[in-house]
Amino acid sequence: MTLLELDHLTLRRAGKPVVDDVTLRVAAGECVGLIGPNGAGKTTLMRAALGLLPHEGSSNLARLPLGERARQAAFLPQSRDIHWPVTVDAVVTLGRALQGSGKLHPEDRRAIDRALMRMGLDGYRDRIATALSGGEQARVLIARALAQETPLLLADEPVAGLDPEAQLRTMQVFADLAREGRGIVVSIHDLGLAARFCTRLVVLDHGRIVLDAPPRAVLSDPRLSEVFGIRGFLADTPDGPVFQPMAVTR
Amino acid sequence: MTLRITALVLLSLLVALLFLASLLIGPAALGLKQSIGALLSGEGGPVALVMQEIRLPRALLGLLVGAVLGLSGAAMQGFLRNPLAEPGLVGVSSSAALGAVLSLQTGLAASFALALPLSALAGAALAVLLVLFMAGPHGGALALILAGIAISALAGALTSLVLNLSPNPFAVMEIVYWMMGSLADRSMTHVWLALPFMILGCGLLLATGRGLDALTLGEDAARSMGVDLARLRLLIVLGTASAVGASVAVAGAVGFVGLVMPHLLRPLVGGRPSHLLPLAALGGAAMVLAADIAVRLIAPDQDLKLGVLTALVGAPFFLHLLWRMRGVEA
Repeated sequence: MTLLELDHLTLRRAGKPVVDDVTLRVAAGECVGLIGPNGAGKTTLMRAALGLLPHEGSSNLARLPLGERARQAAFLPQSRDIHWPVTVDAVVTLGRALQGSGKLHPEDRRAIDRALMRMGLDGYRDRIATALSGGEQARVLIARALAQETPLLLADEPVAGLDPEAQLRTMQVFADLAREGRGIVVSIHDLGLAARFCTRLVVLDHGRIVLDAPPRAVLSDPRLSEVFGIRGFLADTPDGPVFQPMAVTR
Repeated sequence: MTLRITALVLLSLLVALLFLASLLIGPAALGLKQSIGALLSGEGGPVALVMQEIRLPRALLGLLVGAVLGLSGAAMQGFLRNPLAEPGLVGVSSSAALGAVLSLQTGLAASFALALPLSALAGAALAVLLVLFMAGPHGGALALILAGIAISALAGALTSLVLNLSPNPFAVMEIVYWMMGSLADRSMTHVWLALPFMILGCGLLLATGRGLDALTLGEDAARSMGVDLARLRLLIVLGTASAVGASVAVAGAVGFVGLVMPHLLRPLVGGRPSHLLPLAALGGAAMVLAADIAVRLIAPDQDLKLGVLTALVGAPFFLHLLWRMRGVEA
């Protein structure tokens, strides 16, 4: 089942295309890694796909009314804002509190519990979110998006700034969710992690899709080094492909 | 949860007590039984006149003005995600003041009783239209702040111009005194004029709770969770304009209530903007009622202005809060 359908999505700033004629399908069960250099348009593409930015072309999500959109897709923005000293439970509850009448049903409570457990935050419920470490806050915010239990999850650099264990755990959660039948789109700079956990990689450069294939194929494609300006080392291990950037080529 | 309910109950009690005290304290020494009896009985007489025509409107306006300022301050801080935001930020207060000043200067205020509050309301309405027009169709906070600051500055400049060019020193004095904010010598007519706007404004502001909670995680997250930011901003701006515009129209500028109260009460609700709204309204009511009682007790013959006192108490208190925050945030 196709969860995300972008057709000729284009977004211009000052006349220049930031996202340029992107056509993309994401189906249930896929964990799509969105990769590309800084400024390639990854964040803009996600925000436009969600209808948070005006754009040309079409996105199946942007066409939906706001409330329905929030039931189809959860979004984890890159900026990890928690503006008030609220509890972890209050943050994660926001993932449910805005749907329907605003009253929490037992099913909402269970979804919140599942999200907290999944991110290893069970013992953190009553902690003040803003007093936690950066990595813990990131997990709390991921749990908020998980609590929405939407078919589709778009996560903008969810593992940036996390320690290796948290990076692995977070990517494992996304991979598990995909296996359970959800669709995941995750922008990520760590090509090694992308290779390990994603089912498919989409390479964006100057707002255009350059490559769209399984990780092994993308990472061994010569166009990758043109886009990133690096040369890397690719090897297969029992845990899956690994990719290590080795040298700058331009 | 329990802390919040306890705070709600205690603050409600405090507001009720202060309201009663406001009814009982005044230059005419009236006993408790005598005052309440006169207020409730339909009969005339000097005591009933004092109670119904002087003290009741004053106490009611204290309650309403305070509640409105506290509530709109909490809503504004939640929307802008900034603990330094206050209701005047969208330019409503200064524009309402400009409307009032113009009515004083042109002599309109002297010609009929409601000219001043009506002019102030017109000023507030004009400010809202300008702010919404300038801030554009999208729901961003920054555009709103900048538009509000611009309108405030313009209204402030025009007020200064009126004072500057005023040929009549008495008019200038009257304007300056009015701008200090006061609840003295108001009638039930003022209450009836302000009440509908305040109720409308409070209704709009109280409807923003869920949206404000979601904004805790930023604008993108809130929108992706289904919050219509443009609608939320409209509720905030119209609600503040209606409630605070009416407040300025009947009481002048009463500062610091909308800034201090949400800040002080936030820890009691675990930071949640939606839970802060009713609490800040009660806190604001308590602060204005207490301040208005204080101006009557401290200097009964001096006509100390309410706005002067709230600022005199509020500013050092705010400094104290900031002083305590320094250690935590550093």
